[in-house]
Amino acid sequence: MSILDIRGLTVQFPSRKDVFTASRNVNLSVDAGKILGVVGESGAGKSTVGNATIGLLEHPGRIAEGEIHLDGQRIDNLDPESMRKLRGKRIGMIFQDPLTSLDPLQTIEFQLIETIRLHLPLSKEEARARAVDLLNQVGIPNPEERISQYPHQFSGGMRQRVVIALALCADPEVVIADEPTTALDVSIQAQILKLMKRLCEEKNVAMVVITHDMGVIADLTDHVAVMYRGDLVEYGESRQVLGAPKHPYTQSLIAAVPRPDVKVHRFPQVDYIEGSAKPFKQIDISTHWLGKARDYKPVDGPLLSVKDITMKFLTKDSWFPKNREYFTALDKVGFDIYAGETFGLVGESGSGKSTVARVITGLYHPAGGTAHFAGQELTSLKDKKQVLAMRRQMQMIFQDPFSSLNSRMRVRDIVAEPIKFHKLASTNSEVNQIVDDLLEHVGLGVAAAAKFPHEFSGGQRQRISIARALATRPRFLVCDEPTSALDVSIQAQILNLLKDLQDELGLTMLFISHDLAVIRQMCNRIGVMRHGQLLEVSETEELFDTPKHAYTKELLSLMPSMEGLSRSNLEEELA
Amino acid sequence: MFGFISRRIAMALVVMFVVALISFLLFRFVGDPVNQMVGVETTPEQREALRQRLGLNDPVLTQFFRYIWGAVQFDFGNSYQFKQPVADLIGRRLPATLELSFASAIFALLLGIPMGVYTGLNRDSWLSKVFLSVSLVGISLPTFFIGILFIFLFSVTLQWLPSFGRGEVVQIAPFWDTGFLTASGLKAIILPAITLGLYQMTLIMRLIRAEMLEVMRTDHIKFARARGLPNRSVYYVHALKNTMVPVITITGLQLGSIIAFAIITETVFQWPGMGILFLQAVQNVDIPIMAAYLLLTAFIFVVINLIVDLLYVVIDPRLRTERGRA
Repeated sequence: MSILDIRGLTVQFPSRKDVFTASRNVNLSVDAGKILGVVGESGAGKSTVGNATIGLLEHPGRIAEGEIHLDGQRIDNLDPESMRKLRGKRIGMIFQDPLTSLDPLQTIEFQLIETIRLHLPLSKEEARARAVDLLNQVGIPNPEERISQYPHQFSGGMRQRVVIALALCADPEVVIADEPTTALDVSIQAQILKLMKRLCEEKNVAMVVITHDMGVIADLTDHVAVMYRGDLVEYGESRQVLGAPKHPYTQSLIAAVPRPDVKVHRFPQVDYIEGSAKPFKQIDISTHWLGKARDYKPVDGPLLSVKDITMKFLTKDSWFPKNREYFTALDKVGFDIYAGETFGLVGESGSGKSTVARVITGLYHPAGGTAHFAGQELTSLKDKKQVLAMRRQMQMIFQDPFSSLNSRMRVRDIVAEPIKFHKLASTNSEVNQIVDDLLEHVGLGVAAAAKFPHEFSGGQRQRISIARALATRPRFLVCDEPTSALDVSIQAQILNLLKDLQDELGLTMLFISHDLAVIRQMCNRIGVMRHGQLLEVSETEELFDTPKHAYTKELLSLMPSMEGLSRSNLEEELA
Repeated sequence: MFGFISRRIAMALVVMFVVALISFLLFRFVGDPVNQMVGVETTPEQREALRQRLGLNDPVLTQFFRYIWGAVQFDFGNSYQFKQPVADLIGRRLPATLELSFASAIFALLLGIPMGVYTGLNRDSWLSKVFLSVSLVGISLPTFFIGILFIFLFSVTLQWLPSFGRGEVVQIAPFWDTGFLTASGLKAIILPAITLGLYQMTLIMRLIRAEMLEVMRTDHIKFARARGLPNRSVYYVHALKNTMVPVITITGLQLGSIIAFAIITETVFQWPGMGILFLQAVQNVDIPIMAAYLLLTAFIFVVINLIVDLLYVVIDPRLRTERGRA
């Protein structure tokens, strides 16, 4: 008998014009002590299923059809007050971002005791004892002391543990986890997944894990449901679905996950996307403006040479220099990038990889060290003209496609701005022609020019960013986590586009990512960073085959992979 | 914490010093004080003697420090028009203004916060729409007009409330006459307090509404709901506290301006506060009063800002540790 049983669930969001169906006829069930994964890309309706189950659909969403049963009791038709009493007591929920899930102005103790006493008839002292016990169970050291702290005094992974403790306050029968590890570093992710699995078994909780990450599904779940645009396209045991996917969407979704184990030239794309194969006009680079007049002199030796870059941020100010305290973001980082290659920087959050990008592009001034680009010292550029010339050769693509484009400007103006600013074209009609060609070339089409950024999806916006970066005819691109905010199918498209552009234009790239699989496919050489230090630099294949530094080995071992699933299953079967 | 407070106080002192400099410069550059004090038939010798007596022939720096030294001891010189110490004049008027400001701030907060919470939570209810449109009137009509309207309606037509003055006052301290203890005093404060507080009330309401809408969308509110917390505790324990930092900033600044710029309301209602005193001072080029008023206003703002800064730290623990470390 399954604890949670969802039958024929259809959720609709009526709007003035029409009705949007977020999930259509979804059937799922979870047993106690088992973990069900719901996987899909953005817009698949996977979060909607979770929200509908716990009765927190965003307005104006409603359950149009179907039933939800919790341990034999129908719960989708309960009145709001009974539903509220169910939440937290019988169904717990864990959200994606541990940094925002906790009330920043109340102590952990307050939030825990508040929740415990709401659901269980305990005195304040008993509730506190239970809270300490819970914190201990989720692996927070010194729970007695830490319980009286505020959320900001915990790290991201620790906060997610607190969130899990809060979800488990009243021993719920079902826990729904909506992207529980997406915002976390890979090593923290591994810990949290382990914790969830352990708690699920110990407390005999039925768990629903909603994620876009096939690796999480492989590591964690017993059953998996694959959703695509509101439909449940495949449902079954995890190892079966992942090992032998039946539905073409599942097949292409699994294929699109960048493989960390082998290097392929191009990313397999999710080809199950309707209407995506629009043929775009490809421009002939050799005769086009974009390829023409690339008057950069070839350089001997490395194009970019970074030596002993040190970057410090002031953490404690004082009138006396000796009392000031600094956080060392970069500690004597040095590497070379040769023309035409892609150099990867990999590391967890806080390792300083983005700081390197900012120093190179001149957003930060380093405390020490030098950076030479095409033989010119970057950190000491004073002349405005020289700075501009340097900026023209070096462009940046940022992580967040939503905040890196000015939402009040049309796409045409966004892409044209660098051309006009650097006076790269003489007439307006020429500028317009170049913008049109660029938009075609990155796969957006001319029609995009008249629109505003908010009319595009994340992947399309990232294409706009790329078009804008290309508009100065740069020879060096700095890509700071360009795809980490995107779905896996979109990620494959964007990475392929970057590869194509690199081949055509002979671009040199600094590629920053936390994702080892992506790094492996994109880069010729890789640098591994931790705590502001560059630990190891080597050829890509060499790094993956024979990592030298212990930290690199650790990183490699932590990659959640589909291989892991088949391996653990093999062991099970052998045992 | 101690370091934080002492640094804030040091900053406040710098501000006060600069304001003192500006108000001192009033004496030097806005007309010749001797001309203001004596008639046309005074002889140059008499003028010179007066200058000597007032210390106007001393070096500027000496004069400045004498001025500051006086100001620290609440000695702002004598008013040109009343020939009385400025400190006494202001001291006699200050309670009236403070009471009026206090009443209107209470009015603005007591009505503005609940209305803001209500309109933020029930965005589409008809009552919210009524609150919002009525408050729009409060913000768009000028204060003097609202004051006159109130007088016409409640004093002239309905004859419920007095149209001017403070009513009967009771002396509770040598410098403090309060109107709060008599029926006529309480009646008299209603109209001016509402007139003065209407704008602030609207502002606070709209600010809380906007912040509420923002906070209700955050993840921690969603998580609070997912933990099964009842609406009451989601709204008032978790949401309202998170709206407080910007609200305190604005409320603090507004409170300062209520006290400092009650001039228009005081004029309309003939309220015997500092506003009228200041207006008369401007008309008669009574520089000592203007200068003292400037200092007092700056002092009020500085004190309020100091309190606001401390309240931030009380409300938001994130600031506490940063400051603690800093």
